[in-house]
Amino acid sequence: MKIDDPDHVSKSPDGRDARLQPAWREQFPVDWPTDDFRSRRDFTKLLGLTSLAFVAGQLWIALLSLRRRAKESRSLPETEIASVAELPVGGSKVFDYPRSGAACVLTRVATDRFVAYGQKCTHLSCPVIPRPERNRLQCPCHEGAFDLATGEPIAGPPRRPLPRLKLAIRGGSVFAVGLEEGTL
Amino acid sequence: MNLPPFARSQRLTIVSGILCFVLILVVLQLWLLTATMESFLGGSDAIVVPAALASIGCFALNFGLLHFFLRKLDR
Repeated sequence: MKIDDPDHVSKSPDGRDARLQPAWREQFPVDWPTDDFRSRRDFTKLLGLTSLAFVAGQLWIALLSLRRRAKESRSLPETEIASVAELPVGGSKVFDYPRSGAACVLTRVATDRFVAYGQKCTHLSCPVIPRPERNRLQCPCHEGAFDLATGEPIAGPPRRPLPRLKLAIRGGSVFAVGLEEGTL
Repeated sequence: MNLPPFARSQRLTIVSGILCFVLILVVLQLWLLTATMESFLGGSDAIVVPAALASIGCFALNFGLLHFFLRKLDR
């Protein structure tokens, strides 16, 4: 008789050959070495599925990246935010850009210098508050802070910079004209 | 590939080896995914495509091991 497993030792309760046993007995062996083989094989198969899930995750990020690039390449509208005279040095104004509901904050940091950032903290999306006297934007939820000049995180839990807006000053008014690349 | 039937102890050793190899590749993929996500959320897209290709390569290796070797061992 030809046998598939040269050191097969398990005997079925009915004593018949392994080939004649029902399929379920193959999956639920009675001896430890065979059971070890089955459990490790099944765990390896599960890892194979996990591997596939990671590939799906990578492809999802690649898709988001493509969408972001397409979005960045599209020109954003030019919107008047405030007049230069309206804001004193150290003053701020909250406005929506590029669409309604996307809150941003404009701050006048010097006589001839304005900065504007998305107002959502990059940690958990609380609105950040400008603190020009401390040269930072403060998030009151978890005491996060961003550099007012660059938008880079300088304290607390945030690890990513705030989205920074491109500004233009024309005819005594400040305009938002787009987003700085790589800050969205 | 016609492999001779393996003894039970051999099959256990082979499947343990495959398991270790697959586990290392999956951990590598996990690291790739977290690093890519971190970089993407930080505003950089430079590593997104290379990381996706590397992850696909790891999966291809895993799939090959699972498909060919486990199928042979299951005979």
